[in-house]
Amino acid sequence: MSANVTGANTWTIAAARDALRKGEISAVDLTMSCLTAIDAGDGLNAFVHKTPEIALEQARAADARLAGGEAPAMCGIPLGIKDLFCTKGVPSQAASNILKGFKPEYESTVTSKLFDAGAVMLGKLNMDEFAMGSSNETSAYGDAVNPWRVDDRKLTPGGSSGGSAAAVAADLCLAATGTDTGGSIRQPAAFTGIVGIKPTYGRVSRWGIVAFASSLDQAGPMTKSVRDAAIMLQAMCGHDPKDSTSADIPVPDFEAALTGDIRGRVIGIPKEYRMDGMPAEIEALWARGIEMLKDAGAEVRDISLPHTKFALPAYYVIAPAEASSNLARYDGVRYGHRAKLAAGDGITEMYEKTRAEGFGPEVQRRIMVGTYVLSAGFYDAYYNRARKVRALIKRDFELAFADGVDAILTPATPSAAFGLGEMADADPVQMYLNDVFTVTVNLAGLPGVAVPVGLDAQGLPLGLQLIGRPWDEAQLLNYAHVLESRAGFVAKADKWW
Amino acid sequence: MAIDIDTARKVAKLARIRVEEADLPALADKLSGILGFMEQLNEVDVDGVEPMTSVTPMRLKRRADVVTDGNIQAQVLTNAPDAREGFFAVPKVVE
Repeated sequence: MSANVTGANTWTIAAARDALRKGEISAVDLTMSCLTAIDAGDGLNAFVHKTPEIALEQARAADARLAGGEAPAMCGIPLGIKDLFCTKGVPSQAASNILKGFKPEYESTVTSKLFDAGAVMLGKLNMDEFAMGSSNETSAYGDAVNPWRVDDRKLTPGGSSGGSAAAVAADLCLAATGTDTGGSIRQPAAFTGIVGIKPTYGRVSRWGIVAFASSLDQAGPMTKSVRDAAIMLQAMCGHDPKDSTSADIPVPDFEAALTGDIRGRVIGIPKEYRMDGMPAEIEALWARGIEMLKDAGAEVRDISLPHTKFALPAYYVIAPAEASSNLARYDGVRYGHRAKLAAGDGITEMYEKTRAEGFGPEVQRRIMVGTYVLSAGFYDAYYNRARKVRALIKRDFELAFADGVDAILTPATPSAAFGLGEMADADPVQMYLNDVFTVTVNLAGLPGVAVPVGLDAQGLPLGLQLIGRPWDEAQLLNYAHVLESRAGFVAKADKWW
Repeated sequence: MAIDIDTARKVAKLARIRVEEADLPALADKLSGILGFMEQLNEVDVDGVEPMTSVTPMRLKRRADVVTDGNIQAQVLTNAPDAREGFFAVPKVVE
């Protein structure tokens, strides 16, 4: 590797794209720089399956394509891929023991699109098991670790896309894929000082992504800048006949929308997000964000989203209900783990033992909660009621948008990153509270983006969330771009790993 | 609503997850906590509200009812824990 490309793993997608096109670096050298950083980053436990051979082969192909000119923006860009995405011939086990050894015979639509655009896969990234968790502690691979820390304690990178967040924040890759069912892109992005966007439901194909809660799941990019999020999202979006909920509508040029001009736009500030016991630092960060958008010429308006309080309980009925159905497929018959059976065990014992051994405790709990709320006698009281509340939550947003609100600014998380293990004895509901500001967005199917805005008193990153109108990722990213520019967040974790 | 041990046993059975008798009280306790949290939903007036079926108003696409895939038996069986003679193998189901 030549001297002038040392540290290329720290680049943004935009910088790498421009350097690759100008021939200032080769995709192979850029990829090597990341592979070196990944090998030095094992202490973060972010990459759980490394794929250097695939990466170098893809990088060589990218170099050939770049040499021919007309290469797409993602050509030669080294990425980490969340373990939830099925990647052909490469372990894809959703951080679960029940999918141990599973190597898909097919490629997810999102990774296919990224690879078709010339992107390079460095490996698969750690996450919470089946994306169920907010701290990456439910993973069969063990905890991913936040590159940020304040003392000797290891902190969570958040979850479920914790490996993705840690890898991007620690410059092991230029960007990563994530998925978000209740906040799993935005919360880890906020905990690690990076950008993460969950697009409108239906913007990105779910085909080939291991399903958690199908009416809530969306994939999105996790990146070092808003511009990178725009570039990468562009390559991930678009109609897919293999996902019946994928929207057949045009995908705008997201990067071109980053004009920085938000004069006259109306930003709503929902009073219900000012939670009891909210740390003063989060409140102050939010106030600063409001000032930044005002200063850029936006009109800031107080709004009410009255059903906000009921979003978490509704989510924790709907998501487990859908999960209990989706995860019924893991039965030890067609793929993944099968328990060793005792003499005389029949098929029921095979199912029960396989699922008890294969699923971790949180996944088991959620399957059982889902089973309960869907069972005869409780379906109306829990599941149907939650779906009605969901309709009301969505209506809250619709009314705000109909009133002229263009986007909504909220905190991304109720705190900065906490220590791994600190919540071990807590009630599961305590962990669920991490999603308090993000789940509404999934329930309403809206796009939401987390942007790093500052550091707390300990020196840990804090983020704000912007929520957009349906299908308006372009403008949403523009507001995020303004927030990012004004916040001027450039801090990086001191390397200790 | 509190989940008793019998209910926890029944839910585990329905979910096809083996839970040892000794672990049922702790499970019942955890499930009760989670379901207790959901009781808040009873505070919402949902009269006349239709349960949401689709978060984005869209008509599902249709396609011609024709075969678009198939003849990949080996690929289908690649990841099976036990595949024999072109089939998935399972313990005896019918006596």
